[in-house]
Amino acid sequence: MTIGWPILSAIIFLPVLGALFILAIRGDDEIAVRNARYVALWTTLITFLLSLVIWIEFDPTTHVFQFQEEYGWLGGSINYRVGVDGISMLFVILTTFLMPLCVLASWKAVQSRVKEYMVAFLILETLMVGVFCALDLVVFYLFFEGGLIPMFLIIGVWGGQRRVYASFKFFLYTLLGSVLMLLAIMAMYWEAGTTDIPALLVYKFPVEMQAWLWFAFLASFAVKMPMWPVHTWLPDAHVEAPTAGSVVLAAVLLKMGGYGFLRFSIPMFPLATEQFAPLIFLLSVIAIIYTSLVALAQEDVKKLIAYSSVAHMGFVTMGLFTLTTQGLEGGIFQMLSHGIVSAALFLCVGVIYDRMHTRQIDAYGGLVNRMPLYAFCFMVFTMANVGLPGTSGFVGEFLTLVGAFRVNTWVAFFATTGVILSAAYALWLYRRIIFGPLEKPELKGITDLETREVVVMAPLVVLTILFGFYPAPLLDVMAVSVQNLIKNYESALAAAQQAALAMAR
Amino acid sequence: MNETAPVSVFVTYLPALPEILLLVGAMALLMVGAFRGERSAEVVNWASIALLLLAAVLVAIMPATGKVLFDGAFIVDSFARFMKILTLIGSAAAIFMSFDYMRRARLEKFEYPILIVLATLGMMMMISANDLIALYLGLEVQSLALYVIAAFRTDSVRSSEAGLKYFVLGALSSGMLLYGCSLIYGFTGTTGFSGIAAAATLGQTNLGLIFGLVFFLAGLAFKVSAVPFHMWTPDVYEGAPTPVTAFFAAAPKVAAMAMFLRAVLAAFPEITPQWQQIVVFISIASMILGAFAAIGQTDIKRLMAYSSIGHMGYALVGLAAGNAAGAQAVIVYLTIYLVMNLGVFACILSMRRSDGMVEDIDELAGLSRNNPPMAFLLAMLLFSLAGIPPLAGFFAKFYVFLAAINAGLYTLAVIGVLSSVVGAYYYLRIVKIIYFDEPAEKFEPMPEGLKAVLGVSGLLVILFFAYPAPLVAAASVAAKSLF
Repeated sequence: MTIGWPILSAIIFLPVLGALFILAIRGDDEIAVRNARYVALWTTLITFLLSLVIWIEFDPTTHVFQFQEEYGWLGGSINYRVGVDGISMLFVILTTFLMPLCVLASWKAVQSRVKEYMVAFLILETLMVGVFCALDLVVFYLFFEGGLIPMFLIIGVWGGQRRVYASFKFFLYTLLGSVLMLLAIMAMYWEAGTTDIPALLVYKFPVEMQAWLWFAFLASFAVKMPMWPVHTWLPDAHVEAPTAGSVVLAAVLLKMGGYGFLRFSIPMFPLATEQFAPLIFLLSVIAIIYTSLVALAQEDVKKLIAYSSVAHMGFVTMGLFTLTTQGLEGGIFQMLSHGIVSAALFLCVGVIYDRMHTRQIDAYGGLVNRMPLYAFCFMVFTMANVGLPGTSGFVGEFLTLVGAFRVNTWVAFFATTGVILSAAYALWLYRRIIFGPLEKPELKGITDLETREVVVMAPLVVLTILFGFYPAPLLDVMAVSVQNLIKNYESALAAAQQAALAMAR
Repeated sequence: MNETAPVSVFVTYLPALPEILLLVGAMALLMVGAFRGERSAEVVNWASIALLLLAAVLVAIMPATGKVLFDGAFIVDSFARFMKILTLIGSAAAIFMSFDYMRRARLEKFEYPILIVLATLGMMMMISANDLIALYLGLEVQSLALYVIAAFRTDSVRSSEAGLKYFVLGALSSGMLLYGCSLIYGFTGTTGFSGIAAAATLGQTNLGLIFGLVFFLAGLAFKVSAVPFHMWTPDVYEGAPTPVTAFFAAAPKVAAMAMFLRAVLAAFPEITPQWQQIVVFISIASMILGAFAAIGQTDIKRLMAYSSIGHMGYALVGLAAGNAAGAQAVIVYLTIYLVMNLGVFACILSMRRSDGMVEDIDELAGLSRNNPPMAFLLAMLLFSLAGIPPLAGFFAKFYVFLAAINAGLYTLAVIGVLSSVVGAYYYLRIVKIIYFDEPAEKFEPMPEGLKAVLGVSGLLVILFFAYPAPLVAAASVAAKSLF
């Protein structure tokens, strides 16, 4: 709780230090490349260990932002301010936890321009951690948008065949959503006189303004999330990105949308949230059912997982906007779980892609005969994706459905059909790739997971099952912050109602 | 008595010392050139840079407390000081960047730096102009020098064409400006900004004054190349020798925008709604045209021309706000714009193969393999021009839109940010060519001077976010002196 040194800034900017270190490495020979990889690995590992310190020192009994730092920045009331609460802290850990795995997963898959690749990833880590730590809207926006540059380069330089199209689509879609949010941030600045997030969380915006601001923020977060119908950049970006790029995209970048709803839309514009929650439910349910059906028809493994991500994000938005304890905690838990599971699924695809260089589902079949270890890992993650009890996927989906049921049974009903559909596409995918006879001649020589890949997979398998049986460590951390969120939301609604009554009298 | 008189004259005109210095210096250098002939080009080059920088130092150390000279025609305040320093640095950098090109093109003439010094003198007068006559004088001193250097490459048809086009259209716009001035004078009875401000109040605006204002703004819009008076820009940018284009894109834009700012804010503060609608329109038109027209360009100089049209549109967003926050935003914008532009043009000036300069954007293909540092810095400059955080260009846009929102210009702000997304596309296209495409033939090694300019500009743009407060604070002080 009380740490004498700026630990959050250290976590945020440590990866930049690593990136500068890599830039200082001379030459392009084998040794330089190996050094670059090791520097990246050690930087991400140390960052992860540092971030564990905040988990250990974190005080889960308060909703107040912890480990706060504040420095003058732009002058006026726009300052560099960072801090974490029970919600954002978990996302910081998720990010720092996945980065070493990404570096390991790229160990052999990336052979060209390794130094630049590692630099891009480290810069990206800084920006992602910064998003979750920022306690000033402008600082948040800076990190939020800044992530576009490294991701654009990662997709465009190290991506697949249609990488140019995918990277442009990713960049422009996200930018288009975000600039509207930027204007909303400015309007909030002039209205409230500050961009300080803790101050804005208790500021009461006028009712008419809330609706506009809410939609401006929605434009950004809906694209980032992504929600139907602005999800179309995601399948392209996922498919073309290199494996580690897909992992970061699915596991962390998508969570920024959900985090944005939690941090800004819901607490700052409660009246608009209440008013437009049905819209979110509608979009969520469409996303769950429609994208699940689309996933069924995919021929490309990565595309299938990408569409399933959109469906899972539908559960998240549905849960968050129920504004019930179960819905909110379920939504957050689902995001964290999806961060682990989707990352793992993309890593699994990466494993076979590295060997066969194709993502077509038809190109595989019967892998269990030669890759039993791989088949096991893939099965755990497939089950978690389906939401089988005992895996982390179940907890999130179940809680969001409980939350939805309390608010609107029809929403819960339609969303539940999505669970069935997800079982259909995920199990069918597993059957087509892993089971069946091993007939294709190219697959005859395929090898099972090597040590490096086992090291990458093992923590993900363990966490998926651990959090499936024992979700308490995560839920306990977020509980107080979530309660506070609901309390503030309800008191804001009550106050507005009283004001309306007073007017009526 | 006789002994003190010269001293008092000196003290009276002290605030104009930088201008006087530039004028006298330019004459002296002209003499040096005339007597020593073509061999003196290098000496005159360096002397001109020294002269400009010396003037910048003088501007910086002199007190700027709203001193007025020449019966109110010439004003020295902190706004003028800030913009003059910016202009002087831009001009000095433009001369510095021209060395290599001029030597290889066998254009090493001593007139070139002297013309730039004279143009800069005009710009400084424009920035300090507090009277319509003084404004016009400054403008013409600047423009005449610019016409000549646009056509400086006498053996090139395109360069001559650029100069001629610039001259004809420039003369036309000067005519419109003058006509507007005469109407304003006719209906207010004065040419001084403060007198006009006193006469032009909302209660008694008459149609004649509004007419004058419209013509006046049309003339000003031409000088900042805002739509619909932008037609000359792409042709002049493309046709002029590249170092000249680099100069055109930087200092004159800053000076013209500063003049624009002072003219409308000092002379017409009472009838803000009247000029605001015009500024909003040309701002929207510039942003949209700049964004869409640049998409189809293949020549990088032409692309930069459309890009500068768009950027002037963004700067005008700040002006449209019509308040101190807006003026501050314009100042921040111009500063960052100048730095970014110098860096980009340092790269364009380095696009040289053994058979000469190349200007096609596709020639940059695979630059990230051939010259990683240059590719990285250029890409960052382009991202910055597109306004992507955390680079400096983002803060430039941030402040102008912040001012627009403050003034309640929501439509303008929404159109502005949306066109910045369209604009991002063509900058991304260049980044794509640099990073994603297969390498083309290597360029010749970058000259050291250009390396320095690119390095400084790139680092300023990348690291601006770490310590933005000084610029923001200085711009705030400068903006306040306008109100």
